[in-house]
Amino acid sequence: MSLLRLFTSKAPAVSSAIRSNITQQKNLVRRSFSTAPALWHGKEGVSKGDGPYTVNFVMPDGEEISVKAVEGDTMLDLAQRYDIDLECACEGSLACSTCHVILEPEYYDKMEEPSDEENDMLDLAFGLTETSRLGCQIEMNDDLDGLTVRLPSATRNMRVDGSKPVHH
Amino acid sequence: MLRQSIRTYSSASSRPFRLAVVGSGPAGFYTSHRLLKEVTNVKIDVYDSLPVPHGLVRFGVAPDHPEVKNVMTTFDKVAEDDRFRFLGNVTVGSSSLSSKSISVQELKKHYDAILFSYGASEDRHLGVPNEDVYGVESARAFVAWYNGLPQFENLKLPLDQTDTAVVIGQGNVALDVARVLLSPIDTLRKTDITEYALEALSKSKIRHVHVVGRRGPLQAAFTSKELREQMNLPNVAYEADKDWIKSEIDAAQSFLSKRRPLKRMMGILEKGSATTSADRSWSLEFLRSPVEILTDTNRSQVQGIRYELNRLEGPSPLETKAVGTGKFEDRECGLVLRSIGYKSLPMDGVPFDTRQGRVPNNYGKILDSEGQEVPGMYTAGWLKRGPTGVIVSTMTDAYETADTIVQDIKESRPMLNDNVYKDGADGLEQVFKSRGIRPVSYADWKRIEAAEFAAGEKLGKPREKFAKVEDMMAVLQ
Repeated sequence: MSLLRLFTSKAPAVSSAIRSNITQQKNLVRRSFSTAPALWHGKEGVSKGDGPYTVNFVMPDGEEISVKAVEGDTMLDLAQRYDIDLECACEGSLACSTCHVILEPEYYDKMEEPSDEENDMLDLAFGLTETSRLGCQIEMNDDLDGLTVRLPSATRNMRVDGSKPVHH
Repeated sequence: MLRQSIRTYSSASSRPFRLAVVGSGPAGFYTSHRLLKEVTNVKIDVYDSLPVPHGLVRFGVAPDHPEVKNVMTTFDKVAEDDRFRFLGNVTVGSSSLSSKSISVQELKKHYDAILFSYGASEDRHLGVPNEDVYGVESARAFVAWYNGLPQFENLKLPLDQTDTAVVIGQGNVALDVARVLLSPIDTLRKTDITEYALEALSKSKIRHVHVVGRRGPLQAAFTSKELREQMNLPNVAYEADKDWIKSEIDAAQSFLSKRRPLKRMMGILEKGSATTSADRSWSLEFLRSPVEILTDTNRSQVQGIRYELNRLEGPSPLETKAVGTGKFEDRECGLVLRSIGYKSLPMDGVPFDTRQGRVPNNYGKILDSEGQEVPGMYTAGWLKRGPTGVIVSTMTDAYETADTIVQDIKESRPMLNDNVYKDGADGLEQVFKSRGIRPVSYADWKRIEAAEFAAGEKLGKPREKFAKVEDMMAVLQ
């Protein structure tokens, strides 16, 4: 757990508007509560900015975040390293669909077919598309350099009067 | 910047938005998670009647599905936020005359808003004769028993008196209980199933489990992962009217071609299991509605179940009804588990739709009996949408409610008694003291959990859960 903390920033994942306005760090300092052995999320020895590859995240509100990645990085690894809001309830064990992302057809086609287990989980994802994958199963390699992954908008949030909340 | 436009709670110097959350399961945690990200000046107090948090993640997810429980790491991170506080062992709105609880009215005095996410703790009944005899139980109680929910330790089941169990219902819970009943003891031994359940299951004589539904395969409520797991159970044969199932699936080809998830699941069903004969078996039975529990003249325990056979009527698999044919069938069995869904309980001071068994709401904002939005009152999870779905469904539901709360804050919509300064749990300290309520903090919970890990290690299990509240609290002395 302590090694993980060395490589991620102290701030918990925050939305884009607050990202550029972080001044009150006192709220955002993590304290370790866990006494249980933690599950390892990311890669040892890889820092932000490392890697020959580029991956572009498109957030539900349209914000684009481009990051560097190394061979074998999953979208979950990148989300951890760069504090991107990609949920991962089951931590990559194919027991949920919270890390559902949508790829462009050209990149989707470059990947191996999803396993039965991944497909079982994708079947439960909201807004499933023809080019959907679980972020924890996408591993970076030469073919996927420049990959764009779009996070689907999970909520409808249309109010009774038809107005929509503005995502920031 | 957006955050400066949130009026009353905008700057660090002005008062924080105070939210009370009733229920610390995934709905409560995920709503908090989202709210903490979207609003800076907020303080969230999450209450649970039990000293231990996480709701169904701890008490509902099957012991042999530990990966699903990984979500607790996300919840731990939420709890680390200074603006988040857990208060376990505090019952809100108890309808019993227990003095060790606080009312919704009292909460309202100390918070700007309240989120109700206390789930669905009752189960639905079949409403058939003899449903109350020994050996007929809800799947919910069976799950609570093996998962260590306090007050379920002493559940008695005739596991060692019969080789046949019937599970009514065809959802994921039905498959969970069938799988637990048929799993080799050595598999269960390595999980966090409670020791007393392990002990009882090691003496179980149950070898055949029938999972029964009113309608057909296309209406089954379980999902692919669980069905696949069931078909792959080693040394457990699968039985069903396979020809009939195939004909139902074939007849629905055009319907299925547009629905990938259901089509894939029907594929799993059609493929069946590689195990054709074994000591243990499970079966899927369709078109059967229980009409009576069969018992001896003393009504001392269940001996069988009587079904009425159904036919299906309806324009499409989505709108298909079961219609009784007037023909009946009996099945001998010594255990019946009812897995036909849950119900929420109403809470004093919170609008409730008795017919639907949930709190009426508009994207999580609670509505009164006239359909008007109630200021400062929100709901998420099963209490909001009904008791269905998996973790991602509840996460999405919770995010929707959180977004509604954020929107209401942004638009300065009325909350609870707007002009009064709210002090949250701090303001309830005297009440807690006078009623002998000892709230359990998240740090306290981690001490309880550490003791569970330690006890588990001695037994070669991930943890050994305390099944009694007294034992949980004893760790904190």
